[in-house]
Amino acid sequence: MHHVSNKPKTDIELSNYRSEAEKHEYVENLSQIEAVDSNQWLNVGVDIAELDRAGTFIQKDCSVIHSKAMKDGVEVMGISDALKKHDWLEDYLWKYISPEKDKFTEAAKENPHEGYFIRSFPGAKIKQPVQSCLYIAKEGFSQNVHNVVIAEENSEMHIITGCSTSPHLVTGLHVGVSEIFVKKGATLHFTMIHDWGEQINVRPRTAIHVEEGGVIVSNYISLRPVGSLQMSPTTYLDGKGAVARFNSILVASAGCHLDVGSTIFLNETDTRAEIISRAITVGGTIIARGEMIGRVAGCKGHLECKGLLLNDGIMHAIPELQGHVPGVEMSHEAAVGKIDQREIEYLMARGLDEDEAVSTIVRGFLNVDIEGLPPGLAAEIDKAVTETQKDMM
Amino acid sequence: MLTIEDLAVEVGGKTILNHINMEIPEGETHILFGPNGSGKTSLMMAIIGFSGYTVTNGKIIFKGEDITYMPIHERARLGVGVSFQRPPTINGLKTKDLVALCARKKPADVENLAELLNFKGFLERDVNRNFSGGEIKRSEMLQLMAQEPDLVLLDEPESGVDLENIVLLGDVVNTLLERGVKHPSGILEHAHLKKRTKSALVITHTGHILDYITADKGQVLYNGHLCCSRNAREILKWIREYGYEECVRCTM
Repeated sequence: MHHVSNKPKTDIELSNYRSEAEKHEYVENLSQIEAVDSNQWLNVGVDIAELDRAGTFIQKDCSVIHSKAMKDGVEVMGISDALKKHDWLEDYLWKYISPEKDKFTEAAKENPHEGYFIRSFPGAKIKQPVQSCLYIAKEGFSQNVHNVVIAEENSEMHIITGCSTSPHLVTGLHVGVSEIFVKKGATLHFTMIHDWGEQINVRPRTAIHVEEGGVIVSNYISLRPVGSLQMSPTTYLDGKGAVARFNSILVASAGCHLDVGSTIFLNETDTRAEIISRAITVGGTIIARGEMIGRVAGCKGHLECKGLLLNDGIMHAIPELQGHVPGVEMSHEAAVGKIDQREIEYLMARGLDEDEAVSTIVRGFLNVDIEGLPPGLAAEIDKAVTETQKDMM
Repeated sequence: MLTIEDLAVEVGGKTILNHINMEIPEGETHILFGPNGSGKTSLMMAIIGFSGYTVTNGKIIFKGEDITYMPIHERARLGVGVSFQRPPTINGLKTKDLVALCARKKPADVENLAELLNFKGFLERDVNRNFSGGEIKRSEMLQLMAQEPDLVLLDEPESGVDLENIVLLGDVVNTLLERGVKHPSGILEHAHLKKRTKSALVITHTGHILDYITADKGQVLYNGHLCCSRNAREILKWIREYGYEECVRCTM
């Protein structure tokens, strides 16, 4: 029997990690990247050929090794270059996240290692996604990045951001402070795909500010083993009619500890929020949180949290709703359990054997209709389902 | 095609069916009448092999093979197909994908089959999710059309189906059972002249389905026993006239 602990592994000792890593050279052409690295990027949605992409940002350890915009209306660069270029950018840093929040934000403030700056210009409708990858190759390194995304007024942008590690990496820590600004009437799709290692610890700290009529759609996908992951991005819907939609797909195998949530403040009338989470554990622990705080009449929110336990493991769904005035409309739906035997037998009655039936159901379970996912990701989900099934046996 | 010998079935430790003997020859459609709770659905579940329907005595023989303890999917692959009364919802699985899975390795023209059932608008929807009673029936028939079983077990195929769709459903059942006079492409096919190989067991408690499909024989299941076996319309007349209790009295 596996030993399963529900104790959050938050007691990370920062001094166990290196805060320095050697610099990596800038790479002009992505085709020069060694396959050992680029294959890892591919798994998290980075297209090395950069076809159908509006820009690319790649950071290895503490070095920006590639960054460019390929379409009009978008800026992509390292945060330190961006701070040199735009003197106004300083005002955006630490605006909705305090560096004193916890020791991880403190580390990101005191010892920052770059991060990306991605900005769509006012009115720009950028059809192709901007891709980014934050990559750890240095053993025992603590990668502390600070990212800023700005979708200017009435712009539209899609960012696919992947995080992964070199295949031989054993330990590492990723601290990512991300501040995202969705201005009036802008729409931002933000898809984050994580593929870490079995002993990597991950602490993203994200704040999202949405103005009137702005829309943020955030997709988060973590299908591969990760030591521990703890995050709960906070979104402030601060303008009339602002919308936030959060989807997450989580798979935890034995030894993984995932504590993933999102917090959304509905601070203006006609704001809308939706949090949908699908989680599967095959021996690991998943805490799926969702919190909505309705502060004005006429805001609406829905939270849906579904968890499957395929053998061992712990699934802990924590949906929370707070209404601060009458006239808020919020609901939630949470379900935790195993696959319904009737569903398996129903499919078997159509000629599928038990394994086929289970994988069909699991694939369906994970198949949240996510807007704008990279096409390769469906294949990735399939791969994860197959591996999940191996773990079940 | 199907032979059931002295079958006893338990559900939740309670005997639901006892001493069931049944024979459905190749090409024949039999109607299984019975009031609610008589064990009709349990018999069907035992034939397909669902868990929770434990065979405690007797045998189920299909195409000469003893399938009594065979896994469900092997029975299905051997040619048993079921239209369920209350199938589960499968979230995230599109109806069209399930229909394609039903066809297994055969090519299936999912769109065309759906057209026949007036069901094209549902192909992109999750299997059975928020389907009405009638929509479930059409979805089940669509899956069976792709699966092409040799023995079709239909559980109350008419219940919940509106008047407009029941004729359609009857046509599809007839096509599935090679009993149709209409051909999907509109070309008159003398199906009745060909040797018919498909068999069926159709469960009904109202008998309305007999207005739309033809049957060779009827049987009455009452309190877990098969009581009567004769012409289906004749049985229906008796049941309508006197009710189930009186109807089965003659055999008891």
